[in-house]
Amino acid sequence: MTIRVVFLGRLADIAGTDAVELALPEGQIDWDGLLGMIGAQMAEVVHAETVKLALNGAVLPDKAALVASAGDEIALLPPVSGG
Amino acid sequence: MPQMRDIRLLGEPFLPGALIGQFTQANPGLGGVCTFVGEVRGGIGVEALELSHYEPLTLPGMNALADRAFARFDLMGLLMVHRIGMMVPGEPIVCVSAAAAHRRDAIDAVDFCMDHLKSAAWFWKREKRRDGWHWIEPRTEDHADRARWGN
Repeated sequence: MTIRVVFLGRLADIAGTDAVELALPEGQIDWDGLLGMIGAQMAEVVHAETVKLALNGAVLPDKAALVASAGDEIALLPPVSGG
Repeated sequence: MPQMRDIRLLGEPFLPGALIGQFTQANPGLGGVCTFVGEVRGGIGVEALELSHYEPLTLPGMNALADRAFARFDLMGLLMVHRIGMMVPGEPIVCVSAAAAHRRDAIDAVDFCMDHLKSAAWFWKREKRRDGWHWIEPRTEDHADRARWGN
């Protein structure tokens, strides 16, 4: 049971990778659980209001309300650069 | 009248003229066509530009923008083609073209789409300069340009 976490833009630099698969021993994860699994530095960066979160391709109005299950994809989205 | 739309992300260089030729042909009876082509700016120390995107959001977001342009302006057709990946100065990044019965709708639709693409589309951009890579954020002017349209 895993979830995929995708890092966009400068977050990929901080993570050192575009995406990771995280094991979910309990089958579900909430926002605090996610922060606890991505490292202290990343947790601090994505905590900022300007970083948005998409769950399976839909941006959440409130990322703190995240509840993700095994097989889901979470994307962490820093401010866009625009085209 | 059926509306013609062509909304795409491209991973390889493109020739705007070829796109616009086809687009114009696909909108017989148009009264005006307006096109904007954006290129990687040269001469300011930028060696390369890399544009990344997030598949589940970026193209759907561009289609949603096209929906709004069709709802807001009286258009026959809309082309919105955006590069992703690595580019060098002089390469086209974006091409937006609108066809309409009357010029004002075509011109304003292109302006509307560009202002939204520049500050709100799901792209992340970094520039390579002599001292390495730098992430780019929209300029204050880009946000002000988008605010002109009310949302």
